[in-house]
Amino acid sequence: MDNKSIETLVKTETIRKKVVSVDSSKDEKVQTITMTDGPLIPKKGEKHLMTSWRITFFLALAILLLLIIFKPDPYREIFIVCIKGAPVTFEVTIFAIIGAVIIGVFTGLGSVSKHHIINMISGVYVEFIRGIPLLVQLIFIYYALGRFFHIEGMIAAIISLSICFGAYMGEIVRAGIQAIPKGQMEAATALGLTRTQAFIHVILPQTAKVILPAIGNEFISMLKDSSLVSQLALADILRKGREYISRTFLSLETMLVVALIYLIFTLVLSRLVGLLEERLHKNG
Amino acid sequence: MAKIEIKNLSKDFVANGIKTVHAVKNASLTVNDGEVVVIIGPSGSGKSTLLRSVNMLETPTSGQIFIDDVEVTNPKTDLRKVREEVGMVFQSFNLFPHLTVLDNITLAPRKVLKMDKAKAEELAYKLLDKVGLKDKAKNHPTQLSGGQQQRVAIARSLAMNPKAMLFDEPTSALDPEMIKEVLDVMLSLAKDGTTMLLVTHEMGFARAAADKVVFMDSGEIIEEGTPEEMFTHPKSERTKSFLDHIL
Repeated sequence: MDNKSIETLVKTETIRKKVVSVDSSKDEKVQTITMTDGPLIPKKGEKHLMTSWRITFFLALAILLLLIIFKPDPYREIFIVCIKGAPVTFEVTIFAIIGAVIIGVFTGLGSVSKHHIINMISGVYVEFIRGIPLLVQLIFIYYALGRFFHIEGMIAAIISLSICFGAYMGEIVRAGIQAIPKGQMEAATALGLTRTQAFIHVILPQTAKVILPAIGNEFISMLKDSSLVSQLALADILRKGREYISRTFLSLETMLVVALIYLIFTLVLSRLVGLLEERLHKNG
Repeated sequence: MAKIEIKNLSKDFVANGIKTVHAVKNASLTVNDGEVVVIIGPSGSGKSTLLRSVNMLETPTSGQIFIDDVEVTNPKTDLRKVREEVGMVFQSFNLFPHLTVLDNITLAPRKVLKMDKAKAEELAYKLLDKVGLKDKAKNHPTQLSGGQQQRVAIARSLAMNPKAMLFDEPTSALDPEMIKEVLDVMLSLAKDGTTMLLVTHEMGFARAAADKVVFMDSGEIIEEGTPEEMFTHPKSERTKSFLDHIL
């Protein structure tokens, strides 16, 4: 197989399969249906998806604008209040994704390590995180950090989200590493490189390229799930909305605006990830 | 240059946790300093496993391998050091796709031998010239044909100045018109006195360059001899029928 076909295969099949149903059974013959919890990534070639993306995006944008323009009371005020939470949402998302990638690289390396103990530690970490609801983990880690390390607010939220997403990121990194043909490691070690050197100079650079779209996916999921930090007294979009509701009791109107803001953000991001993937494909 | 000695080597694979496959059974083989030894045989006969055991890409179940009297199969031996001294060329080239041709070649000298960049690149250009690809230094492997990629892979191995070279079906993944360019490079290596152990289906190469031809079938070395003996008067019936099928 040449590299292009490997990469295509990896991007379209391996990553999605392994990442989504991370426990994809080893028996290749078992048919599994897989689904991402993230948004669908529209690409140029996929007409149907592209159309749904356009309709949803422009519809969401139109509704939001129409409401603000033609019914400024209360929608304009709601929008102004809620959008003030956007910087917090983005700050949490961006720093947490960086944290998650760092944790993910170590977890991923750990799960392909030949060292049994390291291997087990990453395995247990992943199992632990995946088995507990995100909201429960988030609140638990947040309080634990607060009590034992006296870290508060934003930082604690970012660390909590990083730990939660780090497990999934670790699985992405593992799948990415395993998607690199075995011959690459063989060639590197046959030349006299140590395993560590081979990982640094040969395997990881290729893995990075392969998992970039998957990281984009996680970024979008993270943006959505960052709304959970509103539980931790952080003034993100959702929190701002709920505070507004408690003042005015306009619950339905406020939540409509909050939902539309999130929807527009995630749709824009998913298209950006799609563009990134297209670029990667072109560059082979 | 180096001498490779394989003594009573066996390799079992356990498939599906139950069935054991004896890939190599009690094989012994010596490649003397500067010799070219070609292993032939039907697919699945354990040729590649035997070859890959020499630099321990496969861990043998039993038996010993010595390179210049250093026991490779001894767990105490520094394998990295052994691999540094034994070059390997793969059927699927295994070039690093994210690096240029030049960086593919300079990676190991720089990281393993701690050669400085300028010196490593000078060496790389010299080797690329040797395999006739000096103008491709800045290209990425995917931009090259199969034959060119394999020549780069050979240059990459040579950059470590190996004592011996292993070739695992180096031309099997190539289109027919590209086989010659790779064989030519290998022939010139053989003429330079490089110790070479190869698995190949290129009988023409075996005839032209080999000091010894070894025939393997179902994990066993059936017979060995000079190309002349093997191709014209094979002793074993199995060798005869194999050669009848491919010649």
